[in-house]
Amino acid sequence: MRSLLATGLFLASQLVLAAGAVHEYQLDNGLKVIVREDHRAPVVVSQVWYRVGASYEHDGITGVSHVLEHMMFKGTDDHPAGEFSRIISENGGSENAFTSTDYTAYFQRLEKSRLPISFELESDRMRKLHLQEEEFIKEINVVMEERRLRTEDKPTALTYEQFAATAFISSSVRIPTIGWMNDLENMQLSDLQHWYERWYAPNNAILVVVGDVDPEAVLKLAKKYFGPLKPEVIVPPKPRIEPAQKGKRELTVKAPAEVPYTIMGYKAPVLATAEMDWEPYALEVLANVLDGGDSARLTRDLVRGSQIATSAGAGYDLYDRQAGLFLLDGTPAGSSTVADVQEALFEQIQQLQDEPVTDEELTRIKSSVVASAVYELDSIFYQAMKIGQLEAVGLDWRLADEYVDRINAVTAEQVQAVAKKYLVEEALTVAVLDPLPMETGRAPRPASNGGSHGH
Amino acid sequence: MTALLLWLTAIPVVSAMPAIQHWVTDNGARVYFVPAPELPMVDINVTFAAGGVRDDGHAGLAHMTSTLLDMGAAGLSADEIARRIESLGAELSTGSARDMAWIKLRSLSDGAHLPPALKLLADVINRPDFNKQDFERERKRTQVAIQRSEQSPSTVAEYTFFQSTYGDHPYGPRPSGTVDSIGALKLKQLKAFYKQYYVARNAVFSIVGDLDRAAAERLAEQVIGQLPAGKRAPAVVPVPALTKAGEQRIYHPSTQTHVRMGAPGMHRGDPDYFPLYVGNHVLGGGGLVSRLFEEVREKRGLSYSVNSYFSPMEQDGPYLLSLQTRNDQVDEALAVMRKTLQDYVDKGPTKKELTASKKNITGGFPLRIASNSSILDYLNVIGFYDLPLNYLETFNDKVMAVTREQIVNAFQRRVAPDIMETIIVGGES
Repeated sequence: MRSLLATGLFLASQLVLAAGAVHEYQLDNGLKVIVREDHRAPVVVSQVWYRVGASYEHDGITGVSHVLEHMMFKGTDDHPAGEFSRIISENGGSENAFTSTDYTAYFQRLEKSRLPISFELESDRMRKLHLQEEEFIKEINVVMEERRLRTEDKPTALTYEQFAATAFISSSVRIPTIGWMNDLENMQLSDLQHWYERWYAPNNAILVVVGDVDPEAVLKLAKKYFGPLKPEVIVPPKPRIEPAQKGKRELTVKAPAEVPYTIMGYKAPVLATAEMDWEPYALEVLANVLDGGDSARLTRDLVRGSQIATSAGAGYDLYDRQAGLFLLDGTPAGSSTVADVQEALFEQIQQLQDEPVTDEELTRIKSSVVASAVYELDSIFYQAMKIGQLEAVGLDWRLADEYVDRINAVTAEQVQAVAKKYLVEEALTVAVLDPLPMETGRAPRPASNGGSHGH
Repeated sequence: MTALLLWLTAIPVVSAMPAIQHWVTDNGARVYFVPAPELPMVDINVTFAAGGVRDDGHAGLAHMTSTLLDMGAAGLSADEIARRIESLGAELSTGSARDMAWIKLRSLSDGAHLPPALKLLADVINRPDFNKQDFERERKRTQVAIQRSEQSPSTVAEYTFFQSTYGDHPYGPRPSGTVDSIGALKLKQLKAFYKQYYVARNAVFSIVGDLDRAAAERLAEQVIGQLPAGKRAPAVVPVPALTKAGEQRIYHPSTQTHVRMGAPGMHRGDPDYFPLYVGNHVLGGGGLVSRLFEEVREKRGLSYSVNSYFSPMEQDGPYLLSLQTRNDQVDEALAVMRKTLQDYVDKGPTKKELTASKKNITGGFPLRIASNSSILDYLNVIGFYDLPLNYLETFNDKVMAVTREQIVNAFQRRVAPDIMETIIVGGES
């Protein structure tokens, strides 16, 4: 333990030297601007984060945040559809956007002298998006194709979607980010217009810039482009706190598949909701004891040891906006069944409740966390992601820098305590993917246009 | 707009260029090194010409050999290797594809972490145990992974495309193997494969990180200095061109139909590399801005992703166009894709399109070498495919030198829209 401690201190000081300084500003219109310096290469990443995502939605308009993200590329009063992407491309940039449960974000990666172009275009579409029916009709079809690609035709994704909607009956955590297909089919341009007016404003956004930049110059530029934008009255979403679960929930998803699968989840707090702020960190350590690499318990005991599973995992996200789930999943090996995998996962949980985790496991996890904090600095995109993610859910970006210390402070007793408190049957939901026959290749579809197969 | 146009000047890149250092170890391994003192970490990639192309009729042999490397070495069990690596906060992984197989290590660079991580890397490369029980377990896991991959219409389309396009050429079979071919493998085949191909003359060793040249030389020596010199793997045989078009429709119980259309394209170091690469950027390689994206997605809303790319390999890797759409729209989407390709081959890019693509490629150059991990990938490609050491320095000039005429000429010689394999995997309308 002493050598670990010495190593930890040594690294912490190296980390401070290696990580760039962060500068935080707020414009008069409420836009938060956070700049992290990284002078290793003459590049910059610029991200605009909006505090809106699927967890802000309600039944009937699910998926609207994500559809709006698509429409943000479809033109403003000053720039017609597609021009945003053309200009970024001609400036050597790469760009895209992503929507999640708690946020919608837009980003560009550019050579550093191109940053003003990103600001000019992003500030333009923050308030002056021109939503047009003809563009919407095409784009809603693209989004439905995306849903087919990501969910309908992926048995495990389909299982997860139904699992989340079963685990939560009121909390908006249950809403799939891509939206239910029927809601997409019935979406109207006016839904998007309302959503845009309600959430897209400087006082509901965070601008994150990481790269080879001078923070004061970035601030000046941000004032020039984003400063004139008018703020909006933002009414936060209602809390929609999930009623206490009163017993185990189970569901089966029958879908064409080759391999069965099970996923289970226990209701768990997150940093924003936890009564005691060490608990989410203890749950993080717990997830790592089970699934923090190839030496963690699930791979060691279930995949390589008993060989009941061909893969098994655990997951937990402490940075969500609302309370979520501590997840476990697994795929049975050869002659074993989904029930065998579930039983083995329950045994693992029992063990965590009965006995404290070993010093060696804690040491391993803490070493990994310290090293990962260094590795993450190799990507300016990832550095910006962490800042934006935290700020978008209403947490302080400094929590990312505290993470290593908070994990280091977790004890074996605390891990055992959260295992006993949260991994309980009353709070459990279990889903099983029950494969229907695939029948692929058995009945080849006849070629409809007379094509021949040759080599 | 005028304010924006002012920015469309050339981007200076010379200052960002990493100097690549290269040497050969006494036993014949080619080493490529770029110092990166900014972060206290080291990235290493050791690649062997030991990919699926060497399977010699036993599909999955290279893949299984690669998988077994860190599942027991120098008497340490798989559990023990994983425990030691992760206790150091290091990341060790193995992988393989058609041309190559690799072992990667990422570690902190200080004296307490790097030396023991290197010892484990050396064990995995030099002294894998190939234990029977690890082989049987990983064989079953691979078989389940193959079964699971059959759930994906995209994966089925991809491997069927390779089978149809490359036929009996070693690029044809799936590098992961099939459930049957994996089932038929013998442990002694893996051992023989390892002995033949995991040798110094068949290795490319790339290093990026916080160390100097002398330390990098010692590092390479420590990790593969003891490996037998052996022989470099023979060149992959050339790929025969397609002689006629082919089309396969495969039923899959999915709501979307996935299309893969293409033919053998080009190889690394190909004389037509730059005209084909730049030319394809206009057609389908430019991310959110390309002709295919415009015609298939932006104008018609037919597909979420649509693109085309050359995948240059030791011999001609595929030129592949892809999309996926609702089952009842596949004929329409395919027709648009074919027409867009045919128009492009007939007429090439407009001057404006070509200028825009060149600006994207050259202007984005600093982004490609902005992290240690991306530089490591370039070193590996340069080393493995014997590209010149100044490949990165001259990249932008070569892109800028490409003319419209060169693109039209190269596409008309190398891309034949009427002699392509088309694989269509999906459900009923």
